[in-house]
Amino acid sequence: MIELVAGNPVQAFVQQVVSGLASGAVYASLALSLVLIYRAMDVANFAQGEMAMFSTFIAYALITTFHFPYLLAFALTIAISFGGGVLVERTVIRPFEGSSVLTLVIITLALFSIVNGTAGLIWGYVFKTFDSPFPFGSVHFQGLYIGYQDLGIIGVTLVVLALVFVFFRYTKLGLAMRAASLYPEASRLLGVRTGWMLAFGWGISAAVGAVSGMMIAPVVFLDPGFMQPVLLFAFVAAVLGGIESPLGAVVGGVLVGVLLALLGTYVPGGQNLRIAMGLVVIVAVLLIKPAGLFGRSEVRRV
Amino acid sequence: MALLELTEVHAGYGAIKALHGVSVSVEPGSIVAILGANGAGKTTTLRSISGMVKSAGRISFDGKEITNHKPEDIARLGIAHVPEGRGTLAQLTVWENLQMGAYVRRDRQRVKQDYERVMDYFPWMRRRRDQVAALLSGGEQQMLAIGRALMMAPRLLLLDEPSLGLAPIVIREIFEIVQTISKEQDLTVLIVEQNANLALRAAQRAYVLEVGRVVLEGAAAELARHESVRKSYLGQ
Repeated sequence: MIELVAGNPVQAFVQQVVSGLASGAVYASLALSLVLIYRAMDVANFAQGEMAMFSTFIAYALITTFHFPYLLAFALTIAISFGGGVLVERTVIRPFEGSSVLTLVIITLALFSIVNGTAGLIWGYVFKTFDSPFPFGSVHFQGLYIGYQDLGIIGVTLVVLALVFVFFRYTKLGLAMRAASLYPEASRLLGVRTGWMLAFGWGISAAVGAVSGMMIAPVVFLDPGFMQPVLLFAFVAAVLGGIESPLGAVVGGVLVGVLLALLGTYVPGGQNLRIAMGLVVIVAVLLIKPAGLFGRSEVRRV
Repeated sequence: MALLELTEVHAGYGAIKALHGVSVSVEPGSIVAILGANGAGKTTTLRSISGMVKSAGRISFDGKEITNHKPEDIARLGIAHVPEGRGTLAQLTVWENLQMGAYVRRDRQRVKQDYERVMDYFPWMRRRRDQVAALLSGGEQQMLAIGRALMMAPRLLLLDEPSLGLAPIVIREIFEIVQTISKEQDLTVLIVEQNANLALRAAQRAYVLEVGRVVLEGAAAELARHESVRKSYLGQ
């Protein structure tokens, strides 16, 4: 983790920004998974954090119970999460296709409790430690101490974001998923099986969420509620960036991470104000620029 | 044998029935027009063919029944439906729109050829392939919709009011292109229009719909001379 550098105020500031970037990366990936589903069905998936929590527990079980090496467990967890996301969409969401937004919100809330309760049933509510894949210690650079942990989180997140970007931007399936979420009727007329596209969207979203869970777990403790604050900040990030914008989710996540780190350092008692601060940001964005930083109103010409 | 055959098709939206037993037959390689006023059931006829609305009766394509099949399955059989509003994927680029047309195809080489062919029909697309479709004019969007449909390598093209909201000169251009394509590629076209004048000139056969029923049918040239058609639809 971070050793605070006393003395030079500029260094101390930069130090905090860097550590904010690491937690920001985690918020960014969970925010991205929220945005992916929001774009596809206009509903925020309130169970996103719990699904990521469950994925992280799967990784935990693979590592501690089945003694898989970390990398294998990491890859397997992503694959299982993808499958789980697809399965959840097909079984839980599918029957309510075309229902009102409110109905779907209730469904995701139900999913929240079900996933949370199931994790509690299997793994209990006692805090567990999740070992970090990254070595202890830090890089010393220009008077800054940057933890391997932070660097690792930032690096892994960047790779995941790049993969998601390339998939949606440059592959045929990614293009079809974008088309299906924006223009479901027109896409069906082109032969796109939009139902499956939505299910894949849930799968990818669950996989991205799983990465965020596995990255933050070594920093906090593992219990069925450990992703709830992360989800809150991911929501803040998504709203700040523009709930329909994947790029916005990432930028929003980073901004929120840095903001919270600075708040904790420079405001007395700031650590206790984190959640309040998150909500203040949401309210401020909705008041000042409801579409968020990267949200845009649709361009249309007739 | 007809490529597309509608027999006594009924369809509607909830309690409102829009089609009361429509029978239409489309011969392969021909252009067939369906004329009628607003609310006559023209769009509903196309929507029931492509499975976008539930229908009763029998719709068969190439001898196989397709009534109430899913739209994506019907599209995969080779029916390209350019819907009302052109189905423009507005936030996607021109190139991505065309790519989506070829979504279900696996024959890369042929897709490439079809892409080149579309570029030959609409040369402006080459220059503007990376532009977002929302920024195209109405006429360009209609051409893009036709280009996207051609990328499906369809056997039947359904066009829903291609003239809607376009300037007369653009409409004429689009009709000419549709005729050229139909001739060159031996493509069967079913076109729904309020602009009876152009549609009757382009088509070999035509049907006139009134409140969900076929009231007239025949060779397009004959219908163009028919008194009630001239009065109601040609404004003569």
